[in-house]
Amino acid sequence: MDPKNIWITFPELLIWFPLVAGLVAFMIRNQKQVKAWAIISSLITLAISVTSLIYADASKYFYYNNVSYYWLQYIGSNFSIGLDGMGHLLTALTALLFPVIFIATNKTNYKYSNVFYGLMLLTQSGMMGVFAAMDVLVFYIFWELAVIPIYFLCSRWGEERRIQATFKFFVYTFAGSLLMLIGILYVYMHTAGTDYASHSFSMNAFYAALLSAKEQDLVFWLFFIAFAIKMPVFPFHTWQPDTYEQAPASATMVLSGIMVKMGVFAVIRWILPIFPEAVNKFDNIVIGLSVIGMVYASLIAIKQDDLKRFVAYSSIAHIGLMCAAIFTKSETSLQGVMVQMFNHGINIIGMWIVVDLIEKNAGTRKISELGGVAHKAPVLTIFLVIIALANIALPLTNAFVGEFMMFAGLFKFNMVFAAVALVCIILAAAYTLNMVQKVFYGEANAITEKMLDISFNQKLVLAILVVFIFLFGVYPQPVFELTKETISALLVRIK
Amino acid sequence: MNTIILTAIWGVVLMLVGAFIKNKSLPRNLAIFGLLVILIFNCIEMNRGDSFFNIDVRDMLHFNSFNLTFISVALGCTLLFLLLNGRDFEKIGEHVSEYFALLFFILSGIAIISTFNSLLLLFIGIEIVSIPLYILTGSDKRNLKSNEASLKYFLMGAFSTGIMLLGIAFLYGGSQSGSFYIDNIINGNEPMPAMIATGLVLLMVSMSFKVSAAPFHFWTPDVYDGAPTVITSFMATVIKVAAFFAFVRLFENAFGTMHSQWQNLVVILIAATLLFGNLTAVFQQSVKRMLAYSSIAQAGFMLFSLFALNNLAKEGLVLYAAAYSLASIGMFAILVKMKDYTVDGFNGLAKQQPVLAVTATVFLLSLTGIPLTAGFMSKFYMLNAAVLTGHQIWLVIFAVICAAISAYYYFRIIQSIFFKDVSDDVVLAEDITPAFKILLIITSILIIGLGLFPTMLTNWLYF
Repeated sequence: MDPKNIWITFPELLIWFPLVAGLVAFMIRNQKQVKAWAIISSLITLAISVTSLIYADASKYFYYNNVSYYWLQYIGSNFSIGLDGMGHLLTALTALLFPVIFIATNKTNYKYSNVFYGLMLLTQSGMMGVFAAMDVLVFYIFWELAVIPIYFLCSRWGEERRIQATFKFFVYTFAGSLLMLIGILYVYMHTAGTDYASHSFSMNAFYAALLSAKEQDLVFWLFFIAFAIKMPVFPFHTWQPDTYEQAPASATMVLSGIMVKMGVFAVIRWILPIFPEAVNKFDNIVIGLSVIGMVYASLIAIKQDDLKRFVAYSSIAHIGLMCAAIFTKSETSLQGVMVQMFNHGINIIGMWIVVDLIEKNAGTRKISELGGVAHKAPVLTIFLVIIALANIALPLTNAFVGEFMMFAGLFKFNMVFAAVALVCIILAAAYTLNMVQKVFYGEANAITEKMLDISFNQKLVLAILVVFIFLFGVYPQPVFELTKETISALLVRIK
Repeated sequence: MNTIILTAIWGVVLMLVGAFIKNKSLPRNLAIFGLLVILIFNCIEMNRGDSFFNIDVRDMLHFNSFNLTFISVALGCTLLFLLLNGRDFEKIGEHVSEYFALLFFILSGIAIISTFNSLLLLFIGIEIVSIPLYILTGSDKRNLKSNEASLKYFLMGAFSTGIMLLGIAFLYGGSQSGSFYIDNIINGNEPMPAMIATGLVLLMVSMSFKVSAAPFHFWTPDVYDGAPTVITSFMATVIKVAAFFAFVRLFENAFGTMHSQWQNLVVILIAATLLFGNLTAVFQQSVKRMLAYSSIAQAGFMLFSLFALNNLAKEGLVLYAAAYSLASIGMFAILVKMKDYTVDGFNGLAKQQPVLAVTATVFLLSLTGIPLTAGFMSKFYMLNAAVLTGHQIWLVIFAVICAAISAYYYFRIIQSIFFKDVSDDVVLAEDITPAFKILLIITSILIIGLGLFPTMLTNWLYF
């Protein structure tokens, strides 16, 4: 295929369409119309993404998925974007979850809804850019840009302590990104040049950068702290429960469903290939931190009374496992991480939708004040139980596949870490089932007495999520196929 | 050359207009018109490389694309400043045309300190900039704070000028050729003779004073706070970056070959400036005072160009000058219109004045250094230049930590604007015309444009 005949590529469409849609949304003053527009435009993005999956084969359709424009060529940076297997996977996740979020929260009314939906769509565009960037400077810019709309969303439409909580989140991520910027510049200094510049910011130049082991040690941490804050990995997680709790429901879904994947994605995309020696040196420390974080978050989750904080802590535990699995550097666990990145997005969004429904319906999200929801909302309960079981990685559900593979890799790497991490599975079962029992079963009380069952919209999105849960539970093969090349290319670099 | 002569002439014209014609808005229109013409002439000189005035300056002034580009940036920023805040000059006091006349004299001085090649002209240029500025600082004659600021500025400024003269004298005596030409002072990278070293340190101290780099920054907050806000806007932006430009040119041309011998002094200046500027800005309640401290903090970043002194740093300096001036001029323009200068005075601005709120956000994001804005690109160029020198990485890390701290005080205003409310009957800002809003929007677009395509500006340096 001649690249000259292609006037626009998939990554461009995936970045620019939500951007334009977001700008359009700012101008639609009518609340109903802007909601409809948000859903329609996000469905179009989904359609683009699905089409791009059909043309995902890089050997045949390379020029459909990769493009580069001259930008700052005199300092060696071009606007290069492209989708490899992992990029396809995560852009698909982003494209899938936004319509789900919009439909699920359709009943919620916001003041200045045009601004709200506009910012949501801008966030989507920014995250697409992060997943598609093939140039480090472009990556950095999108990485920062994705946070700005979220900052405004959470600070404007969140709950009582929203301003402080969101600002904490912002300062954490901003400080992390700036440290990463230093790291980027340091690696840049060691890259080969291009025709125009003495160094280059392109991904391949970074992969080929010659860093001594000592230099890698330092720069590794500059990068890792930025990504660890985003994931978040213990001890950089303290912003997360506060932010998730205080943010409006849809922003929380975006944060936990997609934005944390930016951190996981970035570790695989940048840290593993650029700093292979440092990764080998520090793998035990990172895995240790992740496992500590898992145990710590699980223990706190048991004690949580607030449903939102509960889900937040359980999410820290899941992400911790992913981070640990990445640093085992085995093929199995990396495949597991790929599957789990997608599936965690699905499951956690399901959890948030249920939590949001309960809160909107009952007016509280205190576990101790709820009870007997199953009597009043049986359909909701069925969905919740399925999602909760997926969350604790029961066989047949999607999370089982990923977690099993990650544990397999971790076992081969180090038995002790694997054993401690396995305890968390038990803890996860304990806190999740405990929550289900307390909230949904037992006698209905005054608060839950007046609850209604869920509407058609909500049934629809939850049903879609449940379909994905079972589909990828029994047939995860498409994800493996999609990300096979990314992983094998990665493993060649590390070994 | 065009700019130096035309600004001086136009300043005299404005002064005479003030004496004979008592029309209040005429001086402003004349000033804007004159500035536009001078900007165009400067761009012509930038493009063609020759001036309308064929004067033999005996090599005491150098006109090249680098200098001329900077003068264009300074003139452009001043033009924007006059368009945004021209009317507010009329509120300072009676003598409107004199204020504009002084402004043009300052511009003439700026053109001299951007092009000097002789220490004498550096001294004259600095004086031409400073003396009108002392007057403008005290132009609000009945305000005690303005008087205090003016006196303080004058005393401190005179003191630092004295130090500069002493430094120049040392250099003149110490140089082998006995010359005032800055490219003639030293030859090669030999160990510095004591007299040259003394002169260098004295010059660095006095220039640090002019650009308000710590520990010579103590006059800045009081003077910026006391001066009428319009004047502060001009002082903190165009004049400051011009002084920076002179600073970097002086040290690059005069002492560039001995860079490694004085680089450590700059490291101390940078670290101190970033630390003091950022930490004190955090505790300010008044936005005007906060911007004064933030200008010190931003100076810390600009000093990186002196630290690195490579091509990227020079590009970065011009870019930083434009980015910082645009954002600060915009922010000050909004501040002038506000009734209450405290952070709480911005509460609920988004509801009452959405255009001001959004543009103010762009300016603040640019000052913080968020991508897509010119502020990010300029910080990026500076950091890149510093990292490329290959040493003192800790200083760069320290700088970005300070940048993260700066997010605190810039975002506090954003929080007030968007997330806090005020009762509807309080009028937050007054005298907002549609033209003012459009100009603010244009400024924001310029900032974002420079953030996307910094080469629009930096390519001019290589004409």
